[in-house]
Amino acid sequence: MITPSKPLRLLALGLGFTFLYAPILSLIVFSFNASPMVTSWSGFSLRWYAALFADQALLSAAWLSFKIAGLTATAAVIIGTWVGYVLARAGRFRGFTMYIGMISAPLVIPEVVLGISLLLLFIEMRSAFGWPADNGMFTIWVGHTTLCMAYVAIIIQSRIHDLDRSLEEAALDLGATPLKVFFVITLPLIAPALAAAWLLSFTLSLDDVILASFLSGPGFTTLPMEVFSRVRLGLRPEVNALATLFIVAVGLCVILANRVSWRKEPK
Amino acid sequence: MSLDQRLTSHTSADGDAFVRVNDLVKIFGDTVAVRSVSLSVQRNEIFALLGSSGCGKSTLLRMLAGFEEATSGQIWLDGEDITRVPAYRRPVNMMFQSYALFPHMNVQANVAFGLRQEGVDPAEIHDRVFEALDLVQMAGYSRRKPNQLSGGQQQRVALARSLVKRPKLLLLDEPMSALDKQIRQKTQIELVRILQQVGVTCIMVTHDQEEAMTMANRLAVMTEGQIVQSGAPQDVYAFPRSRFVAGFIGSTNLFTGTIVVDEPDRVAIESDDMSRPLVVNHGVSEPIGMEVHVSIRPERIVVSRERPTQDANWAHGRVTHMAWMGSYALYQIRLDAGKVVEASVPALMLAREDAPGIEEEVFVSWDADSATVLAS
Amino acid sequence: MKRLSLAAALPSSRTLAIVPPFLWLLVFLLLPFLLVLKISFADLEFGSPPYTPLATFEAGTVQLSLHFAGYIRLFTDSLYVATYLNSVKMALITTLCCAVIGYPMAYYIARSSPRVRNYLMLAVILPFWTSLLLRVYAWVGILRNDGLLNKFLMSIGLISSPLDIYRTDLAVYIGMVYAYLPFFILPLYASLVKLDLRLLEAAYDLGSRPWTAFWQITFPLSRPGVIAGAMLVFIPSVGEYVIPELLGGANTLMMGRVMWNEFFNNADWPMAAAVTCVMVLLLLVPLALFQYNQVKQIQGERGAR
Repeated sequence: MITPSKPLRLLALGLGFTFLYAPILSLIVFSFNASPMVTSWSGFSLRWYAALFADQALLSAAWLSFKIAGLTATAAVIIGTWVGYVLARAGRFRGFTMYIGMISAPLVIPEVVLGISLLLLFIEMRSAFGWPADNGMFTIWVGHTTLCMAYVAIIIQSRIHDLDRSLEEAALDLGATPLKVFFVITLPLIAPALAAAWLLSFTLSLDDVILASFLSGPGFTTLPMEVFSRVRLGLRPEVNALATLFIVAVGLCVILANRVSWRKEPK
Repeated sequence: MSLDQRLTSHTSADGDAFVRVNDLVKIFGDTVAVRSVSLSVQRNEIFALLGSSGCGKSTLLRMLAGFEEATSGQIWLDGEDITRVPAYRRPVNMMFQSYALFPHMNVQANVAFGLRQEGVDPAEIHDRVFEALDLVQMAGYSRRKPNQLSGGQQQRVALARSLVKRPKLLLLDEPMSALDKQIRQKTQIELVRILQQVGVTCIMVTHDQEEAMTMANRLAVMTEGQIVQSGAPQDVYAFPRSRFVAGFIGSTNLFTGTIVVDEPDRVAIESDDMSRPLVVNHGVSEPIGMEVHVSIRPERIVVSRERPTQDANWAHGRVTHMAWMGSYALYQIRLDAGKVVEASVPALMLAREDAPGIEEEVFVSWDADSATVLAS
Repeated sequence: MKRLSLAAALPSSRTLAIVPPFLWLLVFLLLPFLLVLKISFADLEFGSPPYTPLATFEAGTVQLSLHFAGYIRLFTDSLYVATYLNSVKMALITTLCCAVIGYPMAYYIARSSPRVRNYLMLAVILPFWTSLLLRVYAWVGILRNDGLLNKFLMSIGLISSPLDIYRTDLAVYIGMVYAYLPFFILPLYASLVKLDLRLLEAAYDLGSRPWTAFWQITFPLSRPGVIAGAMLVFIPSVGEYVIPELLGGANTLMMGRVMWNEFFNNADWPMAAAVTCVMVLLLLVPLALFQYNQVKQIQGERGAR
């Protein structure tokens, strides 16, 4: 096999990855900076981590975000997997193009559009039947789920497409109803992809600023909303500390998940 | 006896067919995959659908299994119309080309799967599973996962899984295609032995004509969505009805000529490829003067240094190529008129006589029983 | 022969399997957008809801009132027009930069051995999983006049006074390319990794040089991936809010900021709705291209079975 040129490869990948990781490294390094001037190093210190854990506003926002993210991920995986399965296995049906159109839309449509649309929906609903009475966790959850299910659908559709169809047919042949085949054969075999989709939805929900801003109500401030309002005003070292914790946690999870999936993923 | 009469005496009466397919059609969008196919299979018979890829045999098999819905036509199994019955309710089981063993279950769970769907009592499931595994000699591997088994072992588990439910009809999709050529023949014979021991009606699909000839009681040759000829393997081989079938099953030499003598049990054909006429020992429905094709199998051609004593069915030529195939030699001989024929001569015969080599002059001959006039 | 029965009248099990998830999208995606369309024709009004209804029923007649004021303002006010054009321009440049940086990366990763490939793609995806907000925030610390980049360049003597990057269009470009690069690489990588290397070997065998083989074989075959990646970058970029807000200047005009301001600062909902509609209209062509590409991908995959 002809391999591409080594020096070009090194250059392209080297520059690319430096670009991707330099900001992340700077966040981590300066979270340990003793000085409140984020970009002037004055010594090693853990004070910002201490400040973080004393910051009630941030902590309660974080808790809210985690709750919403968990609910979002679960709902997105359920609906998104359903859609992904239909796209992969249902064959051609009337409205197929529209189906794909609707499920791909959240992937590309600017979030402000999605935010405004949903907010207006909830307002109309409020004036028409008085529910939902206030914007808050429910409305944010709806917005996040709509966004995340699109990602889940694409991931699951791709995974099911790669799944050997004859496994499902064999199960049918042996007497299992289509519903049973889905739960007993298909789902176990795509379990790693389901887990990945859940985690992705969790992360997307946890990180979302725009939808949460549009769809939240009084007393419901999510973590990204809180962080955003602070960083608009300038550099904040406790945000560096938060970022580092976040990056490390996510990094460990992704690497762990990847190891597990490589070992267990069946063909 | 005419050719047609000879053939019909070998086909079974339709009335007591265990599996009957009536005018089955399958259309995908613009493509007609299966064109009005009809066939019947007897109880406990092994029936092969033989054809190259794209001929429609796999689609036909999938319709029998229930994975494709027929566009029109019916499928009858043991007196019941199963055309619209979904796959998971048909008393039909299939052994897949890729075996399709569930990777997240061990051998025992795989074989038990079908019985669990029926709601069979666990104790009975256990007994039947091991009965099936004993049949294929895989009982000792019950706890292994499919990725811990060799190809041949996986095949046996797949067979056990498809037999354990005692289906009325067993479908085999290219059963030998995943195995090495060396073990294929042995496996074919063993598979037939197991099927006959269990006593199950079987329809198999293959592109390998040797496989079909070895395993099947009857076979049907398919091309472009249709069955072009069906019957017992020896009959289809010996009496192909068309150039396609003649060339598909085994190889053959084809002569084109016009009928000069037409008698009920003897026909003579004059061909540009030969100076002497070709005489065939059966009657034909075509009239004198009609252009027909004559098929002669390479193994029926006798190669000799001496001039043959018969009046017809021989020619003179020069050896252009010879290939030693181990148990026989394949000769290519250019006749005086220019046509090249293939003759396969058993090694035994070559050892006895002084085998002719390349560029040597030889005579080819055959008897009137060895040739068939083809209808198309 | 057709038989009339209840079973025939009820939706088939296939319909039951396909329709329900569709309902969520119908209610929470299609319906809201139709509402936006409706409200864009309304006028601002006090009360709840804070806009006029589209149709009123009065004394036996239905009055339809469509207010075009919002749309007229959009097309005549030079600021709005400039903002639209600038948004598209910035999105285009971002897409181009992502392509220039992302294609070589995706290519070289796809051509690596499977083991290395996995690690490299993991390294590409890892930042994607960490908070975008926080990573954009990191660029603030890098690009500011007293930030890391300027400190570094001054310390090695390349420049004598800090570069003004923060709060300019350049900072926004850097931030956008940074944020959207993985979106370009991922679908492109998926496309490139499916490339049968034997096609390239056949090309070399027939006398083609590596560069020609790339343009005539690899690139055309990777086109669906390129289109998907480009659309995944371009379309959301047009309406981007967070990055221009954190890194851009007061005159970095982008649609996302306008929409946000109309809503949160001016509370002019019909206006915001009109802006939204025009933006979606702008994006209709790229959206259609993206959907077409998606459908072809999904159908092409299924056809290959």
